[in-house]
Amino acid sequence: MSKDIKIKKGLDIKLIGEAEQTLENAVISNFYSIRPEDFHSIIPKLIAKEGARVKAGETLFYNKDNEAMKFVSPVSGEVTEVQRGPRRRIDAIKITADKEQTYVDHGKFDLNADAEKTRAHLLASGCWAFIKQRPYDVVAKADSTPKAIFVSGYASAPLAADLDYTLAGKEAELQAAVDALSKFTDGGFHISVGKNSNSPLAGLQNATIHKVSGPHPSGNVGTLISQVDPINKGETVWTINAQDLVIIGELLLTGRFNAERVIALAGSSVKKPRYFKTKIGSEIATMVYDNGVERDGNDRFISGNVLSGKRVQPDGYLDYYSNIISVIPEGNDYELFGWNKPVFDKVSNTRALTFSWLTPNKKYDLSSNMNGEHRNFVLTGNYEQVFPLDIYPMQILKSCLYKDLDEMEALGMYEVAPEDFALTEFVCVSKQPHQQIIRAGLDLMLEEIG
Amino acid sequence: MGLKQNLHNIREKYRGTKMAPAFNALHTFLYTPNDTAHGGTHIKAADDLKRTMNTVIMALVPCLIFGMFNAGYQHYLAVGEIEAVTSGFFSSEFWTLQNFSLGFWKILPILLISYGVGLGIEFLFAVIKGHEVEEGYLVTGMLVPLIVPIDIPLWMLVVAVAFGVVIGKEVFGGTGMNILNPALTIRAFLFFAYPTWMSGDKVWVEGATERAKEIIAGSNADAISGETILGGLAQSHPIDYSVADMFFGFIPGSIGETSTLLILLGGLFLIFTKIGSWRIMLSSVIGALVMGYIFNLVVAAGWITETSNFYGLMNTEFWHHLLIGGMAFGIVYMATDPVTASQTNKGKWIYGFLIGFISIMIRVFNPAYPEGVMLAILLMNVFAPTIDHYVVQGNVKRRLKRGKLKTA
Repeated sequence: MSKDIKIKKGLDIKLIGEAEQTLENAVISNFYSIRPEDFHSIIPKLIAKEGARVKAGETLFYNKDNEAMKFVSPVSGEVTEVQRGPRRRIDAIKITADKEQTYVDHGKFDLNADAEKTRAHLLASGCWAFIKQRPYDVVAKADSTPKAIFVSGYASAPLAADLDYTLAGKEAELQAAVDALSKFTDGGFHISVGKNSNSPLAGLQNATIHKVSGPHPSGNVGTLISQVDPINKGETVWTINAQDLVIIGELLLTGRFNAERVIALAGSSVKKPRYFKTKIGSEIATMVYDNGVERDGNDRFISGNVLSGKRVQPDGYLDYYSNIISVIPEGNDYELFGWNKPVFDKVSNTRALTFSWLTPNKKYDLSSNMNGEHRNFVLTGNYEQVFPLDIYPMQILKSCLYKDLDEMEALGMYEVAPEDFALTEFVCVSKQPHQQIIRAGLDLMLEEIG
Repeated sequence: MGLKQNLHNIREKYRGTKMAPAFNALHTFLYTPNDTAHGGTHIKAADDLKRTMNTVIMALVPCLIFGMFNAGYQHYLAVGEIEAVTSGFFSSEFWTLQNFSLGFWKILPILLISYGVGLGIEFLFAVIKGHEVEEGYLVTGMLVPLIVPIDIPLWMLVVAVAFGVVIGKEVFGGTGMNILNPALTIRAFLFFAYPTWMSGDKVWVEGATERAKEIIAGSNADAISGETILGGLAQSHPIDYSVADMFFGFIPGSIGETSTLLILLGGLFLIFTKIGSWRIMLSSVIGALVMGYIFNLVVAAGWITETSNFYGLMNTEFWHHLLIGGMAFGIVYMATDPVTASQTNKGKWIYGFLIGFISIMIRVFNPAYPEGVMLAILLMNVFAPTIDHYVVQGNVKRRLKRGKLKTA
């Protein structure tokens, strides 16, 4: 079954440095790092203390609220350091990898098992971490039952890794994951694929395939949810990144937690943007320097895409959910009369002496400069042009700022995730931090309402 | 490198101090800051608030320059030194250095006072409250000279600007927080504080007030009539301006409001750049035409006759209302202020329509001061949050209904 979804509101930001479709094996990283902050709102209870030896797939820590929910090591090796922040919060768990990898064997899983057995298996094997829920955009609660499950197989964000390419040949794993997970819901397993794509997801059974087209955020899972079956109060949906279905599928089929992932290295600072086969938590230094960026360059490294990714240092690590490392120039320089001279080399959705509307197919080299200062909300109507959800973006942002829980709920807070507000943040002339505002709002609701 | 580096050093030196906002305001005028995105999106669109405001100013400059020529033209025409224009918009009688020079020297002080007093207060508040100087006043400061009469005493302007900026904007928290359009607050203050100056037939043409005083003192020169078209219509005087005069703007009025042609071009520019809301502009025009047409029908039906006070304005052809007074200027530059207008797209239609509708209603029914657009916009500024509330409630109800359908 296939339904077409066409998005009109949005903005394609075309950047220089899209990854070429050539695959390299990344230099094997000596160190891996897992950061509990990737699992937003989870408080970790550490099991693997410093000096402990772990196999790939062995538990590093569990969720303090639910001991059954494990978070596992992507590699086998020795836990060499547990970095702590204020109040002994765990910032990162650093693992020195073995030369020879050994895996915990969870055993081949019976795909016909019922939902509860599957749930226990996913929780114990660490694969539950890949299942996120909305409302709140956090790791799904261990006992939650979704009304539907959504996966986006179409990456529309700037420079995004092409999922058709990174998932190629993984049909068996994807099918296994879909078969197992679709038992959790009666509302269907919804997958979006690009309209003209050749996605390995397109042929899956037990799932509803939606062909999407239109500008970014057409590939955001939030857009898919709003088009197919928007979340109402009291309902929960699950979202899973397409590349993580592969890890879940492989675990079910072989019993191994294989953290391997094909990721893109992209951005205008990269000499030869291309794809790498690497593992969750590996050092980005293993990929970015060879035919990549200058060692003493003034660049910004981002684990994730340029709109919603996390800033990392050059000695940082690939985060748990990302399939791209973006590197763009750091824009920490002044620009003479930047506010009034005609602009040809930056993207804008207005025409206020900005000329990107003349060249819709031009690729831009954007830096991390703010292009202005933070202000109060002033301009209206420009967010709506890039925001396809049936929600009033400025009103919901303001309700988050003044923390009116009733209003946040009424305006649709249960439906959104920070990444849905990435484009409104990009076009905001007042340079307001939309995603941060939404995250803070979701955290407040999670705390007060749960 | 020199200037950039020096300014950077000063900025770092004053960072976090009371004077930082004042310095930053001047610094960012020259250089867009070196701030980079911290979290959230790592890239940002090219526009900031300065660029947005600058676009509006660019749309206003033609009106300002035209106003300078028109100030001289109206004066010399009234004293009988030149002939009325004959050959369209580019008539040689109008675009003379003599006309421009009189207007320029008359309007320059008004412009300087508007920016000087307004920005002075902005800087003061920024330093006291420790926030950055906001760009809103760049537009307000430009609007003010365009919506006052040419012969306004400068001290009145000082008082009005100070009032408008403090009460109209700063007490609410600055640009983005205000309820009323600051430029119109200034204009309304002038009107209600000094009504004898701001209405009548003397203040609109340079020299008319002066001449009136001379006549009272015994001079036997002819009085200068500086009556605006609206003023004339309100008293059912015959109007000797052609539609072309009104459209091109060769008529007395506030400095920048007369040329409907240039305002139209400015409006198209704002719509093209996506800075001004076409929804508000279009719906205001529709609202004004509807109300004007209703009045025309009332006259046609014979309910209002020539003996009525309202006859002159009611009998004005409905589309002429767009050409006279401050209607076009208000619709294009004032009603579209994003902070004080409705903020939802549906709300903008309602808001704009009511502005046009109420403007003409006030214009016709208030012969003492026939310019309704100022009051109509201020009134709708107050109602805009209410309009938005009901528009947003529509979305909220749809969401609730969707949830109920599910559970049912």
